[in-house]
Amino acid sequence: MTERDFDASEQLLDQVRQALADDRPLCIQGSASKAFLGRPSAGERLDTRAHCGIVSYDPTELVITARAGTPLQTLRAAVEEAGQMLPFEPPAYGEQATLGGTIAAGLSGPRRPWAGSARDYALGTRVITGLGKHLRFGGEVMKNVAGYDLSRLLTGSFGALGVLTEVSLKVLPKPRACFSIKLSCDAERALLKLAEWGQQPMPISAACHSADFLYLRLESGEGSVAAAHERIGGEPIASAFWDDLNEHRLPFFAQPEPLWRLSLPNNTGILDLPGEQLIDWGGAQRWLKSSASAASIRQVVEAVGGHVTCYTAGITSEPFQPLPNLLLRYHRQLKTQLDPQGIFNPGRLYAQL
Amino acid sequence: MNILYDERIDGALPKVDKAALVQALNARVPDLTVLHRAEDLRPYECDGLSAYRTVPLLVVLPERIEQVEVLLKLCHERKVPVVARGAGTGLSGGALPLEQGVLLVMARFKQILEIDPAGRWARVQPGVRNLAISQAAAPYGLYYAPDPSSQIACSIGGNVAENAGGVHCLKYGLTVHNLLKVQMLTIEGERLTLGSDALDSPGFDLLALFTGSEGMLGIITEVTVKLLPKPQVAKVLLASFDSVEKAGAAVAQIIAAGIIPGGLEMMDNLAIRAAEDFIHAGYPVDAEAILLCELDGVESDVHDDCQRVYQVLTEAGATEVRQARDEAERLRFWAGRKNAFPAVGRLSPDYYCMDGTIPRRALPGVLKGIAELSEQYGLRVANVFHAGDGNMHPLILFDANQAGELERAEALGGQILELCVAVGGSITGEHGVGREKINQMCAQFNSDELTLFHAVKAAFDPDRLLNPGKNIPTLQRCAEFGAMHIHHGQLPFPELERF
Repeated sequence: MTERDFDASEQLLDQVRQALADDRPLCIQGSASKAFLGRPSAGERLDTRAHCGIVSYDPTELVITARAGTPLQTLRAAVEEAGQMLPFEPPAYGEQATLGGTIAAGLSGPRRPWAGSARDYALGTRVITGLGKHLRFGGEVMKNVAGYDLSRLLTGSFGALGVLTEVSLKVLPKPRACFSIKLSCDAERALLKLAEWGQQPMPISAACHSADFLYLRLESGEGSVAAAHERIGGEPIASAFWDDLNEHRLPFFAQPEPLWRLSLPNNTGILDLPGEQLIDWGGAQRWLKSSASAASIRQVVEAVGGHVTCYTAGITSEPFQPLPNLLLRYHRQLKTQLDPQGIFNPGRLYAQL
Repeated sequence: MNILYDERIDGALPKVDKAALVQALNARVPDLTVLHRAEDLRPYECDGLSAYRTVPLLVVLPERIEQVEVLLKLCHERKVPVVARGAGTGLSGGALPLEQGVLLVMARFKQILEIDPAGRWARVQPGVRNLAISQAAAPYGLYYAPDPSSQIACSIGGNVAENAGGVHCLKYGLTVHNLLKVQMLTIEGERLTLGSDALDSPGFDLLALFTGSEGMLGIITEVTVKLLPKPQVAKVLLASFDSVEKAGAAVAQIIAAGIIPGGLEMMDNLAIRAAEDFIHAGYPVDAEAILLCELDGVESDVHDDCQRVYQVLTEAGATEVRQARDEAERLRFWAGRKNAFPAVGRLSPDYYCMDGTIPRRALPGVLKGIAELSEQYGLRVANVFHAGDGNMHPLILFDANQAGELERAEALGGQILELCVAVGGSITGEHGVGREKINQMCAQFNSDELTLFHAVKAAFDPDRLLNPGKNIPTLQRCAEFGAMHIHHGQLPFPELERF
């Protein structure tokens, strides 16, 4: 615990109730490290950062609970100290990123295809609702099927359904051995190899292809990691590569064109799109630096069963992939039910929400 | 069935003109199999929780999605409740029929539509059995990880509706962690796709919301599951302890050593003796508790981890640690655990299986509490426990033919669940709320939280036609239940007669 630990939930609740009384929208914000993602949302700022601190953490229970304003760095340091990790490796996109923003954005890092996503590790949440109530869903247990899984619904909802005030996350022990390598290999061959290895019990926990190199992280027990390295070969690299990839600090991301994220079925072949591509998630996530239009990129990606998010602000009015009409209708109905006055981050995800 | 489980607590039953409904179904979906005679309906009166029975108004057995579509439109127009059912193996009465409702049996949709080994997924119809998916994927060296004990019979549609677990959840997750996409029909008969063939999809995570929603939000018509490469080897250690506390502490020590076992199960003495008597697994019948610890993965890692776990168990005070010498012995060790329910069933004419979850550190206290309740209610309780993920399955032994025993078993079960909630756990880890635990939901959630659940329901099914009376209790039900509870608190025993 740090000296900044503070329970500010009453103040947050007061601000929400006042906004409801005045029928004024709120813009929920931690450190604004992910403000570049999504549509701009007008409204009075509701700052979660004062509501801060780790509430409970018992490493042998594999669960950590912390207030939404807790810096992601603080959380990482705490689990690290106990030899554990947040397996979904959330990107922070800023030094001050908070837990609340991390879960509201629902983003996951390089380990995602093998270990699961942010929502997979969300066990419980406390949330201030659109009816001005501070409620608790889920909890600190691994298995819990009582009621609807609100914690996972809220993960990645960009604050549209309520204010997250506390989150319980499953954590895991760090693997005993971790070894990163790079191999000279073109993209086509990299995808073929990844599809082949994916069907075998290989200890791969990250796989990226960029500029004629395939980068792999091997993680598990010492024996299997050594065996996999022997089999695959390749040149050792520093594990910091994965942080640089996750935080978009690789030279690829410095190119001037807008950045697009393509989420794809994991066995999708090479996609022919204007601009530069970087393959992540063993093929299931690709980063594209391109000046092509959103519509033209989406057309190619939709055809293979994927979707596209624009990661550069101000390029398109719909940074998130537009939803089919019927699905959008159910999104709106859910929003109307949970936030009847529409005060939480209106328009951040979609204009109609 | 006692008064608290009665659907009427949630309000008057809808009035459905059965003859007119059958006629309309025959006219609009002429090739749909509709059962409406008493003798045909009887076999569908319960699911895997046979203590609760209701004969449905009608049973329909569609074979094409279009039939389901029209059926739902018809039921929506006429405000007829619909309960979906897969293989009927659920243990919480989630597919318990309604007197005035249609039971929609999805069991005939049992085609495996596509397996993509390179993409590592399988696209299947909802009636496909859990185990059948792994069998179909086996030639590619792949399998579907969640393995509920009923996996030989239970179907994937029901697994999704209940967010089914199994003995390997700690390492491989629940159903929700192993899905890519679900096709569903809304109560209005519209086709919706939740999730995608990619690892995520735009908008709210409706796939996560839908998983475990117990047939309250829509009808599952197709499921795409993730497949994993089969672990190279699996080895199992069997450790005996002279106290349950020591066994519980050993579990925490295994995890503190940085090891996540594929399976980590605990059984108490009554469960050990029952299983040994039935299966002859080689369990130590004098032990107060045993732990089964399975380590799976690549051979060299498993070998190292076995040594580490062996040491941890010994240091934690195990009186004996044995590693299964070969695959036959490994399977025998597991057979004892996997047959624990029927084994306990041999000790007593009936048993009632509970499904609470707790933080693991609370285990000694909760087991002590269960022992006290067991004595208080005069019913034996055997404990089987997914120790790795804190999911308890206390088995309450009773004889339904003895007046009042079922009611006592229910009351004892309810108290055990409330004990789980009191230590920060949940009333259900993997079996679902269904009708069985509907009253205990009032203990786990306050009225504002339940109101939010009802709001979620209203977004998909405002007329509450899908599986009404399950999963989320009405506030009036909680008021009734709360009133009875206070009454209980005042009197030690006589209140039991009211159950």
